Amino acid sequence: MQDAIHVAALTKRYRETLAVDDISFTVRPGDTVGLLGGNGAGKTTTIAMLLGLLVPTAGRITMLGHDMAKDRFAALARMNFSSPYVALPQKLTVVENLRVYAHLYNVPKAERRIRDLADELDLHNLLDRAAGKLSAGQKTRVALAKSLINRPEVLLLDEPTSSLDPDTGDWVRTWLERYRAESGCTVLLASHNMAEVERMCSHVLMMKQGRIVDRGSPDELLARYNRGDLEEVFLDIARNRQAEIA
Amino acid sequence: MIPLRRIWGLMYRHLTLYRRSWPRLVDLAYWPVLQMTIWGFTSRFFAMRLGTDVAVTVGVLLGGVLLWETALRSHLGFAATFLEEVWSRNLGHIFISPLRPWEMLAALVAMSIIRMACGLLPATVLAAILYHFNILSVGPVLVLFMLNLMIMGWWIALACVSLILSQGGGAETLVWSLAAGLAPFAAVYYPVSIMPHWLQPIVLALPAAHVFEGLRAAISQGVIRWDHMAWAAALNAAWTAASVLLFWRQFQSARRNGALMNIGE
Repeated sequence: MQDAIHVAALTKRYRETLAVDDISFTVRPGDTVGLLGGNGAGKTTTIAMLLGLLVPTAGRITMLGHDMAKDRFAALARMNFSSPYVALPQKLTVVENLRVYAHLYNVPKAERRIRDLADELDLHNLLDRAAGKLSAGQKTRVALAKSLINRPEVLLLDEPTSSLDPDTGDWVRTWLERYRAESGCTVLLASHNMAEVERMCSHVLMMKQGRIVDRGSPDELLARYNRGDLEEVFLDIARNRQAEIA
Repeated sequence: MIPLRRIWGLMYRHLTLYRRSWPRLVDLAYWPVLQMTIWGFTSRFFAMRLGTDVAVTVGVLLGGVLLWETALRSHLGFAATFLEEVWSRNLGHIFISPLRPWEMLAALVAMSIIRMACGLLPATVLAAILYHFNILSVGPVLVLFMLNLMIMGWWIALACVSLILSQGGGAETLVWSLAAGLAPFAAVYYPVSIMPHWLQPIVLALPAAHVFEGLRAAISQGVIRWDHMAWAAALNAAWTAASVLLFWRQFQSARRNGALMNIGE
């Protein structure tokens, strides 16, 4: 079966800074893979390259069989992205924002799709409100609706539940798990929330200083580091404690 | 097939801003109407004091005002629409969608035409009512004058957009000043011949100078100067090609250095 995401020897250098250093990984269709790492580890740079927003210095990205260097628009039509740090136009209402992206992604029967997403994400009361006047939790749900408007086969999520209260965060995670199971969508999730990654991801890539320093399923990582949760594994890697453990 | 739906998607995003905000609509017509009012009375005053033909003096000056506003409004309609995306930090969302860069430019051109029409129509009506100047009296060649000035506005705007991609939001002041700053060199209100000899080749490198020479000939002599029209079209083609090349280079550079991710800061 063709990989949903295939990354080979990906490197990004900004003058003297090596932001991403020769990373390779694959994601199988339908999997949820976590991209973990501290601030400045290269997660956002990696996601930006996967989205075609940033050109790699070296390496190759293939999304859904499309080479991102040569055929990125064909891939972009089949994928999407959500992040609480990238706001939608604030002065447009929620429904107007969703219409804009329905047009940009050439979504058939756009009004029906928007109604369905409003049902699923409980957005009906928000549709006519300006995007700039929503709470953090409401913005997250709207951003998710935008990212699902084209029924993406690959969904990239950058810290989707940051700034949410535990209840709303749990609601979003549950919803994403259900959506992935029903749609078969492939998810790449960058997060600082270890419990979230442990719960949602079948495979984890640990990044540090631009490199993938470890990888495996959450259970494999817990066993390898002899830890009870991923947060401890994360701290071991961040603080170079692998040697002590070995 | 032209991907009209994606182009319309970006236009819809901007048109909704005007549907809900009357100050934005007023702003479109404010400067053209103000310019028309000032230059209408000024041209009448000049004609009376100098004893020249009022119709010709008013025609030359107000025709100049209206046509120069065509270039300015085209430029601002294009560049300010792009700036809306910078201010709302929406470029990231746009460039991860299947919208091609040329489709974005097509949407900016379409928005520019709509914004220009909203700005110029009230000024044109005002000129007819207050000063009995009908711009349509210039004849069918008016279409060529306007088209050349619109294209000039677009390539200047595209150069500004390229600089914003290269230098970030700090370059936005160019959007407000660059085209307006060309007015003294565009021969809008006076012929090229009264400028210093050393300046004339520079002035004649601007398509606008040829358009306004053509306008004066049409209003005061009733002739169409096809030589000026040909120069304006050729210069626009050359400048547009240069601007497109600049945009393409800056867009690729922005994709390399990550500017599309954080432009607006």
